[in-house]
Amino acid sequence: MTAEKMDITENNAMTDTNHGLHYEENLLWEKERTDHPGVDLPEPANTPLRTGTPARADIGLPQVSEPQALRHFVRMSTWNYSIDHGFFPLGSCTMKHNPRLNEKMARLPGFAAIHPLQPESTVQGALALMYELQNWLGELTGLPGVCLSPAAGAHGELAGVMTIARAHDLNGQTQRKIILTPDSSHGTNPATAATCGFDVRSIPTKDTGTLTIEAFKEALYKTDPKGADIAGMMVTNPNTCGLFEKDIAAIADLLHEAGGYFYMDGANFNALVGKIRPADFGVDVMHINLHKTFSTPHGGGGPGSGPICCTPELAKYMPVPTVIKHAESYALETETDRPESLGCLKGFHGQFGMHVRALAYMMSHGADGLKQVSEDAVLNANYILRELENDFHAPYAHQGPCMHEALLTDKIQKESGVQTLDMAKALIEKGFHPMTVYFPLVLAGTMLIEPTETESKDSLDRFITAMKEIAAEAREAEAEERFHTYPQTTPRRRLDEVKAARNPVLRWKD
Amino acid sequence: MRYLPQTQSARGQMLEKIGVSSVEDLYKDVPRGEMGHTFNLPGHQGELEVERALNAYANQNHAAPDGPFFLGAGTYYHHIPASVDYIIQRSEFLTAYTPYQPEIAQGTLQAIFEFQTFIAQLTGQDIANASMYDGATATAEAAMMARRVTKRRKIVAATALHPDYAAVLETYVGEVIYHDIEEAAAEEEPACIIIQSPNFTGQPENYEDWRAVCDKTGALLIVVVNEIVSLGLLPAPSMADIVCGEAQSIGLPMSFGGPHLGFFACKEQYLRQMPGRLCGMTEDADGKRGFVLTLSTREQHIRRDKATSNICTNQGLCALAFTVHMSLLGEEGFKRLACLNHERACALVDALSALKEVKIRNDAYFNEFVIELPRPASEIVEKLAAKGIIAGYPLGTDSTCRQLLVTATEMTTDEDITALTTALKEVLA
Repeated sequence: MTAEKMDITENNAMTDTNHGLHYEENLLWEKERTDHPGVDLPEPANTPLRTGTPARADIGLPQVSEPQALRHFVRMSTWNYSIDHGFFPLGSCTMKHNPRLNEKMARLPGFAAIHPLQPESTVQGALALMYELQNWLGELTGLPGVCLSPAAGAHGELAGVMTIARAHDLNGQTQRKIILTPDSSHGTNPATAATCGFDVRSIPTKDTGTLTIEAFKEALYKTDPKGADIAGMMVTNPNTCGLFEKDIAAIADLLHEAGGYFYMDGANFNALVGKIRPADFGVDVMHINLHKTFSTPHGGGGPGSGPICCTPELAKYMPVPTVIKHAESYALETETDRPESLGCLKGFHGQFGMHVRALAYMMSHGADGLKQVSEDAVLNANYILRELENDFHAPYAHQGPCMHEALLTDKIQKESGVQTLDMAKALIEKGFHPMTVYFPLVLAGTMLIEPTETESKDSLDRFITAMKEIAAEAREAEAEERFHTYPQTTPRRRLDEVKAARNPVLRWKD
Repeated sequence: MRYLPQTQSARGQMLEKIGVSSVEDLYKDVPRGEMGHTFNLPGHQGELEVERALNAYANQNHAAPDGPFFLGAGTYYHHIPASVDYIIQRSEFLTAYTPYQPEIAQGTLQAIFEFQTFIAQLTGQDIANASMYDGATATAEAAMMARRVTKRRKIVAATALHPDYAAVLETYVGEVIYHDIEEAAAEEEPACIIIQSPNFTGQPENYEDWRAVCDKTGALLIVVVNEIVSLGLLPAPSMADIVCGEAQSIGLPMSFGGPHLGFFACKEQYLRQMPGRLCGMTEDADGKRGFVLTLSTREQHIRRDKATSNICTNQGLCALAFTVHMSLLGEEGFKRLACLNHERACALVDALSALKEVKIRNDAYFNEFVIELPRPASEIVEKLAAKGIIAGYPLGTDSTCRQLLVTATEMTTDEDITALTTALKEVLA
C-alpha cells in the first residue's frame, strides 16, 4: 500500500463540519491517544513469561476513553438506515421487524454463557431447545431430517449440495457431475455447486420468468438421454422473479425419475411458511435462512443462520452434529453415530444464539401467526405490483399474481435516461431504503420489491406514492441530469466505487 | 399477532384493489393438493408465555457464572464491557442490511474498515477481510485459497490443530495430511502448511521454524489463532502468508458455540484470491472520504460459478462487537488483558503442580495447557461437573485418555482455583 494510495486519508482531515444532527466522525486511529484505555485492568505483575517467546512489541492500536468510544460508535450509527427507521423493501432479503424479545432471550446466561464443549449433562436445556427448533423446521417444511449447523444461507446451500453429493457417492453414482439451475437463481447457487466440484448447467427462464417443462427437459437430457449425469437441481421457489414455479411438481418428478435430487434455495420461504410445505412439491433438501423468514436480525451483514431440512432418505448423509433424543435426555449425534454423514461443516454446533432467537419468533407467531405472515407478505407484494404496474415496466404482471415480491424494471424510464440505480438513489432521497436492484439478472434493470408482512397499508401507500413521484419526475425535462445528483442529503453522496476497486485502501495506515 | 400491523379492513381494501376476492386467489399457481396442510404446531403466544418457556430451557443449563469454569479449547469465557452490548443493540446496527447502498450505510462500513484494520494490526498482516463464519471455516477457506494461489492440491496441517477445525477442513478440502515439523519438511509440493498457535494443547509454536519449512517446500504458511487475546502477548505471526482463526474472545459471549467471529488476514499480494467481503476507502461526489464494499468481482453475486468462494454474508454484528471492545481496550488494555490471562494461567499451573496426582504437560503456554491425570479425564470432568465445576476439555477420542486441557482467563479468580484443586483432591482420593 503506497503513500499515494492513501491520499484520501491525508487530504481529508475530517474537519468538524457538524450541523444540526449531522455529525462527522474520524477513524479511531486519527484520534489523540489517551493516557488510559476505556477499560480498567490491573497492572501486570511483570513475572517472567512462560510462553517460550519474547513479549509482543508495539501493535499500534489506538487508545480512547469509554465516553469517546461510545460517542464514536453512536455517531457512526446515525449514518445507517435500518428496518427500525422505515420501509426496507429489499427483494430476496426479507427485511422484516426484528422483535427485541428474541434479543433478550438469546442473552439469558443459560444460553449466552454456556460453552459448546461442556459435558452434555450440563447443557440439556440448550440441546432440548435445538431439538425443538429441528421439530418446528421439519414440520414447516415437511422434511424431517434437520441439521442446524450451517452458519448462513450460502453455508446451508453448501451443506445441502454436499448432502446430495454424499448420497450419490455412497450409492455409486459418481458419474453424476451436473447441477441444473435456472438463470434467475441467486449467485450463491452456481457458486456452491462449483465449490462442491459440480458443473453448472443453466436453464433459461426469461420468457415467462419461470421454469418450463420443455426447457427443463432439454437441460435434463442434453448430454445423456436418461439424465444419468445429473446430480440434482437447485431452484428457488417462489423464484427470484417473485413467481411460484407452477410446474415444479412435474419437474421434480422428471428429475427424480432421472435419479437426481431437488435442492430448494429457501431464501423465499417467507411466501410459503405456515401454508405450503416444500416437501409436497418434491423438494428433497433445502436450507432455511433464519435471518429472513424467522427474523433473526441481519446485523449489517450477519450473523446469519442456514439450517438444512431434508427427506428421511437423505437425512443420514447430512452434516453432523444434529440433536437426538434418547428417552428423556438429549445428545449430539456425531460421525461415529452416523458414519454415512458427510462430516462436520462448522466449528461446534452452529449459530446457537440465532437458534434461540428463531424459536422465540416461531413460538410467538405459532402455526396461525406464521400462516398470516405468508398471506400478508404475499398480499402486500401484490398490492404494490398492482399499484405500480402502469408506472413501471412489470414484465410478468400480466401472467397473474406474484408471491411475496414484485418485479419491475426501468424499461420505461430508461428511454429518458433514468436507470434503476438512479431511481434507487432517488428513493434514498425520499427516506426509503431502495429495493434490490439489478437482480435477478434475467432481465435488464430489474427492481425486486419485497415489502414483507410487517408493513401496514399506510406504509405501503407512502412507498407507492414515492415511486409514482419518481416515475413522474423521470418524465420531466433534464431528468437524467437531476437523477444523477441523488442522493443529496445523506451523510455521503454517491461513492466512487471504481476508485475503491482500482486503488484498494482496505485499512488505516500511518 | 403483535408483529403484524395489517388490519382486516386494510386487507379487504387491498384485495379489492388487486381485483381478487380472497388471499387464496393469490396462490393460484400453487397446486391445490399442496395447500391447506394442517401443521402440528401450537398457536401464537404472548411475550410472557414465550419468555417463561425459554427461561425454562435456559435454567436447565449450567452457565459459566454458576461456578468455577476452566473450559477453553477454541471458545473462551471472557469479560465483555457493558458498552459493547449497548452499541450492537442499537437499531441502526442491529437491524441494518449488508451495506450495499453505501450512502445510507456508512456507519456499518466505517466499522468494517476499522475491524479490518484491527485484524491486520493484530496479525501483523497487510490486509484483512470483513470477517468469516468462524475459525474453523476460515481455516478451510484459507486452505482452498492456498490451492488457488499455488495451483497445488496437497494440504498439510500440524498435528496439534484443533480437532473441530481439522474435521471442518477435511469436509471442505478432502484429504489432509497431518505432520510434525520434521515430516512436513519432507513433504513434496504441499499447497500450504497449516499450524495453530498457541496450538490445541496451548503451546505457542515457533513461527520461524515453520516458515523455513514453507520456504523449502514452496508451501504457503497458514497460521491459525483461535485465542486472539494471545496476540497481545505473543509475537505477531507476520511471517505467515495467511493468518486466520477465531476472534470470539473479544466482545462475544460463548453462546454454545455461535455466533462467533472468524477472521482472515493475508499478504497484499494475495488480495485477488481472498474469500469474503472487503470494505475499501474511497470518496463521494463531493470529494468527502467514505467507504464501500469493494473488489466484489471475486464474489458469487457477480462471478457465480467462477467465484473465489460461495460465501455471501460475513458476521457483521459480531465484527462490530469485536471492534467496539477493541476500541475500549486500546493498545494498553489489550496487552494488559493478554498479560492477565497469562498470569491467571500461571497461577493455575502453580496450584495444580502442587497436587502430586497431577502432571503439567506443557513447557510453555499462554492461557491454557494440558494436565495428565491418574484416571480418565472424561470421568473426572463428569464428577467435577456434578460438583458445579466445569474443569476443562478431555483430550483424545478414547474415553480412557487421561489428558485434560485446562484454561484460565481474567475471569478465573483465586477462589475458583482453590475450588478446583480442593475438588480434584476429593475426586482423586
